[in-house]
Order: sequence, then structure tokens, then C-alpha cells
Amino acid sequence: MNSNADASTAPFVRPLPGSHRNASIVRVAVVGAGPAGLYAVESLLEAAPDFCIDVFDRLPTPYGLVRYGVAPDNQKMKSVTRVLRNSFNNEARVRFIGNVCFGVDVRRADLLKFYDAVIYATGAPAERRIGISGEDLPGSYGAKEFVEWYNGHPDIAHHNFLLDSQHVAVIGAGNVALDVARMLIRSPEEVASTDVPDRVLAAFRNSQITDVHLIARRGPAQAKFTPVELRGIGSLLNADIVVRPEEMVLSDSDDIRIGANRELRTNIAMLREWAGVPLQGKARRLHIRFLRSPVRILGEKRVEGIVLEGNEQLADEHLCGTGNFETLKVNMIFRAVGYRPLRLPDVPFDEAKSIIPNNRGRVLNENGQLTEKEYVTGWAKRGPSGTIGTNRSDSAETVCTLLADIPARKVCNSSDPEQILIFLDSRRVNYTNWMNWLRLDDYETQLGRKQGRPRVKIPDLRSMLELSRNSDTSDFAGDD
Amino acid sequence: MTHVITEACIDCIHRSCVKECPVDCIYEGARALYIQPDECIDCSACVPACPEDAIYHEEDLPELLHRHLEDNKNFFAQTLSGKSAPLQSPGSAKRIGRLGVDTPLVTSYPCRQATCT
Repeated sequence: MNSNADASTAPFVRPLPGSHRNASIVRVAVVGAGPAGLYAVESLLEAAPDFCIDVFDRLPTPYGLVRYGVAPDNQKMKSVTRVLRNSFNNEARVRFIGNVCFGVDVRRADLLKFYDAVIYATGAPAERRIGISGEDLPGSYGAKEFVEWYNGHPDIAHHNFLLDSQHVAVIGAGNVALDVARMLIRSPEEVASTDVPDRVLAAFRNSQITDVHLIARRGPAQAKFTPVELRGIGSLLNADIVVRPEEMVLSDSDDIRIGANRELRTNIAMLREWAGVPLQGKARRLHIRFLRSPVRILGEKRVEGIVLEGNEQLADEHLCGTGNFETLKVNMIFRAVGYRPLRLPDVPFDEAKSIIPNNRGRVLNENGQLTEKEYVTGWAKRGPSGTIGTNRSDSAETVCTLLADIPARKVCNSSDPEQILIFLDSRRVNYTNWMNWLRLDDYETQLGRKQGRPRVKIPDLRSMLELSRNSDTSDFAGDD
Repeated sequence: MTHVITEACIDCIHRSCVKECPVDCIYEGARALYIQPDECIDCSACVPACPEDAIYHEEDLPELLHRHLEDNKNFFAQTLSGKSAPLQSPGSAKRIGRLGVDTPLVTSYPCRQATCT
């Protein structure tokens, strides 16, 4: 190789030994096996027959938030996996490399060495805070912890939520807040038809919860619930929905927005209907409160209550506190005020926008210049917005950008596909593959079948890895 | 439960919903698109994507458009003109491509092109 090659670009133009064997193969690493990453794989497979793709995840399981975010009582939404898994049928071109932590087990520089392009699809794993006193008291939680707990995420496998408080508050006006409130109020019978881990089901069987208070800062026309999620709480077997007519305040500008937006119209119609219905005497109540800001959380050793201040919505959509305070006696508080992408080690990050800076999916460095072969998709690219389907078009855009760049680079890295595995072995990384996941998947599904449930999740990482590797499935698939 | 594409799609077919559907269950006839009810996962991603406002959750269907619930089903359950068997559940609209034929209901509509946005 000629010595006048710029040191910073040399790795991208110098063919590695052995590249002649796969001269035309372009190798892509996708970091994160959630919907955004897997839709990127789907797009790549369709558009580029000479691409091989490795999908990394820090867990031994694929599907990201479909498995660990979508609420367990929405199995229909989770069935999107039947489409997401299709790419892995193409064994010659797509590999799953699980249980590999980006930045620890494999670093940015490693991936850039082994691959012609890297797509970050790492989502939004951090949570926003409310910023009020008492937020760190025991009994005050981020929604993420609770969502991960009921979904059997290994990060929280050793924590248990005792649902021993009668009144609970959920802060937020989006679908996550709605999911958390709906799950909290579900009867044990309803939870028993889902895929939650056994320990989570036991906690729901012992739940003391009678009232869940969902607290929204703004009015009903500003809530970010989607109609399909809002409708879901209408079918709760065991809970009345309480909406106060005096909080169903709509301004003139709200009326204009509602007139122009059918989904918003559907939401308002549902809320109005609940506001007009008398209590039916069900065992539990879900109170949906509008125009209430949490001011502080009360309690010395643990949460004992939350102070709310009434809000007035001004003509310019700004909020103004009314000076009227009320205290809710609650012993548990969940804040669901938004997820946030996290900075990945060594990867550019825009702190102000909380995203990986990019131009149509191509990562920009701190100076706003295009990086050499890095891309981003999903929540890490656009922030935590949209539904699962939004990621399909978002990833298609990123892949389109990537494909347009590849011919311009001409010479591809084309390293031996075994090199990354040899590298991981040398670092003693306990990585898993697609077959390992299928074993765990099969185990969980069979466990579910025995209990008449769609699946029973295994939340503990060590057990997950053991079950993934156990080649003799008859051990645990027995019909005892 | 499913989502339903109604008459506002006929002769407009923007296909913007197709790109948003996470399970690729929106199929193309000749003059309209149809949602496969057994494949739809009820996520609603298609509803705001449609510039014609043609897509509804089945529970939100206005009375006048209610016949499209059955009609979307029929596209898959009945043998369409010139075909030898019903489409059923192909699992991917992309793989099937444009069918080039519609249900009798959609076929019976006079041309609606002038009303498209």
C-alpha cells in the first residue's frame, strides 16, 4: 500500500488480506436488534444482493422495545416479530450476534475496522426527569424500570415491585404513561393471559392498588395518546374510567386543531364519553387528570403523596399555574415524561437535540461534517417519536443514503466474516447467535403453553444464556 | 379488530400508508388499497399517513363507510375477477405486488380521480 495514503482514511481504502475472496461483498454492522435496526436489515436485503449484515445486540434476545417496551397486554402489537424475524431466514447473509455490549465488548473503532458501514439503531435508553423535589424518594420510579420489569428485562430481573399501595400516580400524557396506568389497574386474571414472567404475575396477584391517577400537565387536546391506546383502557374489566368534566377544557385554537385532525377528534370523543358516564362500581378506578403539574413529592423515608398545581392554558399554548394546589395521597409514583437517546462511546452526539447528529441517516461529526461510514436510524436518529411502523420508512431513508454512498467509496473493506467472531472470542465475549435465541424462544413459548399463556418470559440473564445454549431442549420442554 | 381503507383511496392510491405499515399488510388492487385484516396488528401507523384521510380503525368507521370493512375482507377471502383462488393471507404485500384487480364494490365506483388531494 502506498505510503501517501492519508492515515485517517487508510483503513477504508486499503484492501485487507483475503479480501479477494469476497471482493464484491459489502459488510454492514447494525448495532441494535430492535425494530429500527431490523427494518434497516430488511431494506438492505431487498436493495443490495451483495451485502452481508451482522446485527449486534447487548442482549441475547432480538426485537428491542417490541419485546421489552410494548406492554404485555398488547400481544397483537408484539406479533410484529413475525415480520421482523424474516431477515434471519437468510442465514447466508444475515447473522445475529447477541450479548455484545457496544463500547465495552466491541468498540466503534473495532466495527469500523471489520465493516464497510455501521448503522447505529440503539434507540432511546435514557429517561427524562420531572425536576421536582422528592423525585428520588423510594416509591418514585421511572416508567422505564416498571415497563422493563413487567416485560422481563434482564436489567431489572433482581428487583421486584410490590404493588402494595392503594393509590398510585403516573405522570405523563403519552402512550408510555397510558401503558403503565393500564397495566397497574389490570386485574390479575387479565395479566395472567399475558407473557409476563411468573414473578411479575405473582406481584399482580397480590396487588393492593385501587386507584391510579394519570396526571397530564396540559389539556385533553394536547395529550399525546394515540386513539388505539386510549381505546384500550375502555375495555378494562375491573376498572372504571374517571374523567372530570371540568378538566375537559378546550380553547378556540384546540377546537380548530380538533376539527382538522380525526385522531384527535376520536380521542376527545372517547374522553367526553367517559366524563359523562357515572361510576359503575368496579373494584378499581383509573382517574385521568388534565391541566395538573406535579410540584413536589412528599414523604420522608418513602413517597407519601404528591402536590399538584392547577394549570391554565393561555392563548399562545403556554401554561400558567393557577396557584390552586391539591395533594394526592399516593405511595407510588411513576414518571413517564419521555425517553431520551444516550451518547454512545466514541460516537458523535448532539447533546442539545439528544440524538446522533445526521443528514438523512449519515452520521455527522461534532463539526457538522459527514463521517466516513457511519449511519443511524430510529429513535437514536430522530428522537423518541412515532410508532413501530415509523421506523420502517425511517430505516428505508437511512439505507437509501447508505446505498448512495457505497459506490462513491468503491473499494470495500470486505474482511473475512469470521474475523469479528475471532476478535470476540479473543476478548472472551460470550456472544450468542440466532440459533441460541430460537432455543430460548422455544423454551419460553412451551412454558407459556403449559400455563395457557402466549409465552412466559425468562428475565434472568444467566438463565437466558443457559437456556440459549442448551442443545437438549427435551430437558425443559417436557410435559410434566 | 383491524383497520379499514375506505372509498377516499379509490383512484388516488398515494401508497404513503404502505411505507409505514410495520407488517406490510396493505395490498394493492387496481384502483384502491386494501388491508389484510388477519395480518393487521392494529398499530394505527397508517391512519395519519394517508393524505386522503381514508383509513379508519374499524370501531371508528362512520356508518356510511361501514361496507368497506366487509369489502377489505372480501378482497382476500373471495376469488377476484380473473383469479383462480382467493388471496387469503400472503404475509407480505411487497412480495405479491400489484394485483391489478379490485372487489366488485370498488369496481362499481365511478372514477374519483378529480377528488384526490
